[in-house]
Amino acid sequence: MKKGMMIGFSEFKRMFNTPLAWSVLAVLQFVLGLLFLTFMEEFISVVQPATATSANPPGVTGVVVAPIYLWAGIIMLAVMPIMTMRLFAEERMNKTLSLLLTSPLSSTQIVLGKYLGILLFIFLVVALLTLMPLALITGTTLDWGVVFSSSLGLFLLLSSFAAAGLFLSSLTTQPIIAAVSTFGLLFFLVVLYLSGNTQSNSSEVFIYLSHFSHFLPFLEGVLDTSDVVYYLLFIIGFLILTIRKLDNDRVLG
Amino acid sequence: MSNRARKNNALVDSALIKATNLNRFYGEYHAVKDFNLTLKKGEVLGLLGPNGAGKSSTMQMLTGNISPSSGEIMINGINLVENPKQAKRQIGYLPEQPPVYRDMTPLEFLNYCAMLHDIPKSRVSAAVNDAVERCVLGSVTNKLIGNLSKGYQQRVGIAQAILHQPEIVILDEPTVGLDPLQITKIRQLIRELGNDHSVILSTHILPEVQAVCDRVQIINHGETVFSDSFAQLAQNQPSNRIVVGFGDAVDDADLQSLNALEKVTSLGSNRFQLDFNAPVEPSMLYKLAVENGWILTELNKQEETLEQIFMNLVHTDNASNTLRAETDKNNTGEKTTEQAS
Repeated sequence: MKKGMMIGFSEFKRMFNTPLAWSVLAVLQFVLGLLFLTFMEEFISVVQPATATSANPPGVTGVVVAPIYLWAGIIMLAVMPIMTMRLFAEERMNKTLSLLLTSPLSSTQIVLGKYLGILLFIFLVVALLTLMPLALITGTTLDWGVVFSSSLGLFLLLSSFAAAGLFLSSLTTQPIIAAVSTFGLLFFLVVLYLSGNTQSNSSEVFIYLSHFSHFLPFLEGVLDTSDVVYYLLFIIGFLILTIRKLDNDRVLG
Repeated sequence: MSNRARKNNALVDSALIKATNLNRFYGEYHAVKDFNLTLKKGEVLGLLGPNGAGKSSTMQMLTGNISPSSGEIMINGINLVENPKQAKRQIGYLPEQPPVYRDMTPLEFLNYCAMLHDIPKSRVSAAVNDAVERCVLGSVTNKLIGNLSKGYQQRVGIAQAILHQPEIVILDEPTVGLDPLQITKIRQLIRELGNDHSVILSTHILPEVQAVCDRVQIINHGETVFSDSFAQLAQNQPSNRIVVGFGDAVDDADLQSLNALEKVTSLGSNRFQLDFNAPVEPSMLYKLAVENGWILTELNKQEETLEQIFMNLVHTDNASNTLRAETDKNNTGEKTTEQAS
């Protein structure tokens, strides 16, 4: 497994050899920072004065911090496919995949290595985002439970995006096709959530299948093992599919 | 040549690669048919064949990049399909396109490869330095691979293949895109590799095979059509054919008097191709010309070169295809041009 980790670290390092990871992180941080500022402004000038006298006023964590994580999840619907499209499709296009295939590595090691690389990137995204609520600790007290569960939820959500993207990237030679199909799949799951919630057509199954329905409880500070299990199954399922695809390539490709 | 002969004698009988009855289908297309290959220790084997003959598919199978549809590959006694990890430790492979990451420097890239090939940490820098030195990469180690010329990228690819000192080095057209000086250097490197590694080399350049290989295997349409060592080749093909040309009209009846003559074929404009049934000295034709007062304009002993063998094998094949095509009167021209390309 040591080699899988080495591949992961090398992948992570290579992301920063090109401007892609830098610009993605910069744009994300800028957009989310603006959102954070807007929410803070709203909280200070409108929400707080209006509810200060009520018995149980909403705190800054619920009004500002949780929505920021939700928005981060939504923006990453579009960003994650760009980060995962390269993983296998680009190696195929540049014919560099044979380096890994010729090395004494199993398909499992290759796939886990690649996935670990993208997990490190996700961890960085979540960590940079968490700096924003952390900036508030000098002025107020935060609900640490909600901050923690939101970070964990976002991490799991993005990890599930990445697993789907990794699999779709292993199917094609064109990174752009990998990105478009990943975005399509991720957005399809959002549409499932929306259509499951419509009044005419509400369906528990659709809601259960969509990844956002399992993300929202995290934002309220509810840590439900069934939600965690949903993400783990989603991730493991796509990783196994990717490993199978790589093995199959040697037979059919 | 004597060096090569000595090496042949010293060959250990153990086969490093033994591939038996390899078949490979791409859907309906039968790319490699019942292919057999044996590579001994210290041997340099040249794989020859026209485009699309199945050379690259064969090499990809031998390196575990794709698995054969049927057949068995033993690498140093280890089954490649059943024990891929162990078997692959013994292989270094340079595919047609060097598998290099454009956003890394050669130094970073080779360090990464060293990790992939389980080189212990303490030996990594020595191994990388050695590969850099052998492939003459010293001046570019810290430039991005994407900015290097094709020749340098190719050399980084070769460095990657020999980095972990594998028993078997498999090179798919290693000299493509190199300048003549680099080609000479790479050939020299391959010959050096042949001293302590076994090498399989595929190429279109026939002189290259003659320059560096001990043995040659020609593939056409996925089948082995020729396989022999160069020493054997020289013995088995003594030259019994002479092409001769005269300055003025000569009656081929006069030539019939020659000893051991089997056949005279007129090539037009007083040129004749003489086939003998035993090895002959061309000087006898010179004497004959002097005796009869003929002016000799051409006297050529025809050696069966690798190029001829290759052309014969591939060309006869194309000729038979052409015959088949000619029966189909509608598109004869199209088919022949297709096959010629």
